[in-house]
Amino acid sequence: MQQFEYSDISRMLTPILARHEGDASRLLQVLLEVQDACHSIPSEAIDRIAAHFDVPRVNVEGVAGFYSFLSTRSVGEYRMLFSSNITDQMLGKDDLMQYLCNKLWVEPGKVSEDGLVSVDSTSCTGMCDQGPAALVNGWPLTNLDQNRLDLICELIRARRPVVEWPPMLFEVADNIRRSDVLLGEYLAPGAAIRAVLARGAKETLAEIDKSNLRGRGGAGFKTASKWSFCHAAIVEEEGGIICDVGGQPERYIVCNADEGEPGTFKDRVLLNSYADLVFEGMTVGARVVGAGKGFLYLRGEYRYLLAQLEKVLQKRREAGLLGDNILGQDGFSFDIEIHLGAGAYICGEESALIESLEGKRGRPRNRPPFPVTHGYKGRPTVVDNVETFACAAKIAEKGSAWFAAMGTAQSTGTKLLSISGDCASPGIYEYPFGVTVSQILADCGARDPYAVQVSGPSGTMISWKEFDRRIAFEDLPTAGAIVVFQRKRDPFQAALNFVHFFAHESCGFCTPCRVGTELQKKIMDKIASGHGTASDLVEMKSLGHILKTMSHCGLGSSAANPVLDTLEKFPDVYERKLKALAFEPAFDLDGALETARQITGRDDEWAHL
Amino acid sequence: MGTPMSKTITIDGLAVTFQEGQTIMDAALAAGVYIPHLCHNPEFKPHGSCKLCTVNVNGRNVASCTMPAVEGQQVLSDIAELNAERLALTQMLFVEGNHLCPACEKSGNCQLQAVAYYLGMMSPHYNHFYPQREADASHPEVMLDRNRCIYCELCVRASREVDGKNVFGLSGRGIKTTLVVNSVSGLLGDTDLAVTDKAVQVCPTGAILVKRQGYAVPIGQRVFDHLTIKDVQTGGGHE
Repeated sequence: MQQFEYSDISRMLTPILARHEGDASRLLQVLLEVQDACHSIPSEAIDRIAAHFDVPRVNVEGVAGFYSFLSTRSVGEYRMLFSSNITDQMLGKDDLMQYLCNKLWVEPGKVSEDGLVSVDSTSCTGMCDQGPAALVNGWPLTNLDQNRLDLICELIRARRPVVEWPPMLFEVADNIRRSDVLLGEYLAPGAAIRAVLARGAKETLAEIDKSNLRGRGGAGFKTASKWSFCHAAIVEEEGGIICDVGGQPERYIVCNADEGEPGTFKDRVLLNSYADLVFEGMTVGARVVGAGKGFLYLRGEYRYLLAQLEKVLQKRREAGLLGDNILGQDGFSFDIEIHLGAGAYICGEESALIESLEGKRGRPRNRPPFPVTHGYKGRPTVVDNVETFACAAKIAEKGSAWFAAMGTAQSTGTKLLSISGDCASPGIYEYPFGVTVSQILADCGARDPYAVQVSGPSGTMISWKEFDRRIAFEDLPTAGAIVVFQRKRDPFQAALNFVHFFAHESCGFCTPCRVGTELQKKIMDKIASGHGTASDLVEMKSLGHILKTMSHCGLGSSAANPVLDTLEKFPDVYERKLKALAFEPAFDLDGALETARQITGRDDEWAHL
Repeated sequence: MGTPMSKTITIDGLAVTFQEGQTIMDAALAAGVYIPHLCHNPEFKPHGSCKLCTVNVNGRNVASCTMPAVEGQQVLSDIAELNAERLALTQMLFVEGNHLCPACEKSGNCQLQAVAYYLGMMSPHYNHFYPQREADASHPEVMLDRNRCIYCELCVRASREVDGKNVFGLSGRGIKTTLVVNSVSGLLGDTDLAVTDKAVQVCPTGAILVKRQGYAVPIGQRVFDHLTIKDVQTGGGHE
């Protein structure tokens, strides 16, 4: 890390603002750089940035306040953020974080008095196969233990810039344990694009359609439908048509690499070792829908991949695979820009992602209209998962019959699974769709498995009774996360972790999610502290119903899944924690008198209730 | 009924005509059918955040203020299940802020209070959050009390769309969402807000109040002291 000693915020801002030019969609990117330079977003910088983009100050403040990695107050020269996913917790995250805090003499969530360092938690950083993990000034730390924290502590005290820290602290392994057609077979850069140019755009769409490729982000929407809606969308503005069928350049291809679902890390591996395949798929999509511009929305946690991804893009430009007249095809122009996220799970929702791409708060839009007709800057936009684009490139090259021959009737092809938790070999496993959970558990060396969280907190928790179920859209759909829990684990702890996650990540737009996730968290905390009663369980079921049926987007409607699933499948873990009373107040009357006891110095019988 | 140009949906079995481009809420209000709502105000572009106006359309729940009316939709609104959920959402709004009706100048003119009465809210049901929120008396003529803010963004929209000022905005996230104002100091008095601004008039609760007018109309003679919010909002004037 460089030492920034600008006394004049204006001097620090000038080069940043000049580099990003005047389009307000760059706002979030600018704020990320300011945060790096100042360890906060100073109030004066907000003014300057607002003037530069000609937007109201409140808009800049709104964006700065929305994303976890931005802060209007200083977070210290060194910001340690421990990944708080359940997998990190199972590997000892809580004790390690306390250990570091003790060593550095800081309280969690607060900055040290000398302004040097802060230590806090953050949502899953996507290193579940090599946790406990953390981020230091945005750089990923893996396989943390006390020895490593001792070293980190010394480095921080010595004020060694993070770029000079030993590289072994930052090693991130791919951990590919099982490969199939996607990870196992090499695709030469340009091969899929050549196949598309030879076959034709319309014919390629027909191939994607026949392959029955469905979105790999979890929802499973048919990719060909999305692409054809986008291609067919006509945009009118003030009476005139500004975007004709398939017209350029007013259509966009967006790759959703905001892999925020706790327990998922396959996109990290695809982008690290298969970036060409992903960019190839985006280019195939661009040719099919007639897009001139693409974005890779890279989650802030994966910022360490940015430089190498930019290099891959540059190589592709030099090879004629991006830019004007791709592979000599007249009029086929497409390029890709990388946009960084800044710590917001909600931006994995496609319309929130688009808002974020536009430099705004990541708030899901009202639908209709849908992004395929009114997406980025109101133009037709395709948003697909990283893995979906990788599949599309393969299909473009090898055809639909080859792809559809794998998997099941409604779930063709293969699926990348991110496996972590209680197993001998956590990592990435590629299986044809239809594989059973028990097969997966055997392959990853699961130890005495008892429950499995499929597709992260927003997905499903299944018990050992259901291990013959299959990974497929017709049975267990998943974006790829598989977290294994062995018998000695308490499923309640997982649910508790997940409700905290949802409350932290709710965007706050709609009432049911903003308040409902917080209420859910408070009740789970009450049960965890031993004060829960039977009426709390009734309350959580009713809250779950409201979250599911009244929420604005998928975050809210799935936020109750961890509680409802564990209540249904492991009711005993709750009942063991409940008091026998029918009702227990959430308010601790005796505890509330503690302040008064301290002030008066009394601790006698009459000072207690 | 209806001109050849108009189309029809049904709301709780009642045929309601609509024009192309109208939402379910537009059609309902025009027909005098009340769907409880707080963040919606027909003078502004629909927002869809409070979710009180959620209705069931052909088996699916949607916010009626943002959902376009489409020929043949069968809308369920005034049914026990939805009203129970609306009540729960209203209770959520009460407990996440600090709403002390007896001590609030807006009492009797407050839409949050009126909706609560309409839905038969007898208690807050959930535990109060008692959040620490800032009140701001720095403006000479306007009081901002964030304790009563429900994040409907009507002031945000009014300031932007009508006043052309952008005095208000939201910052933070989730339960930590907060209403911010457009000044370096963060104080309302340092913004260009004028007491005549539309943004000052649209607050459905007592979060934004004109100073020195609190009791110009005595309690007992206020809007919702005599009329239900249903009467007021389907009777033409929007408060």
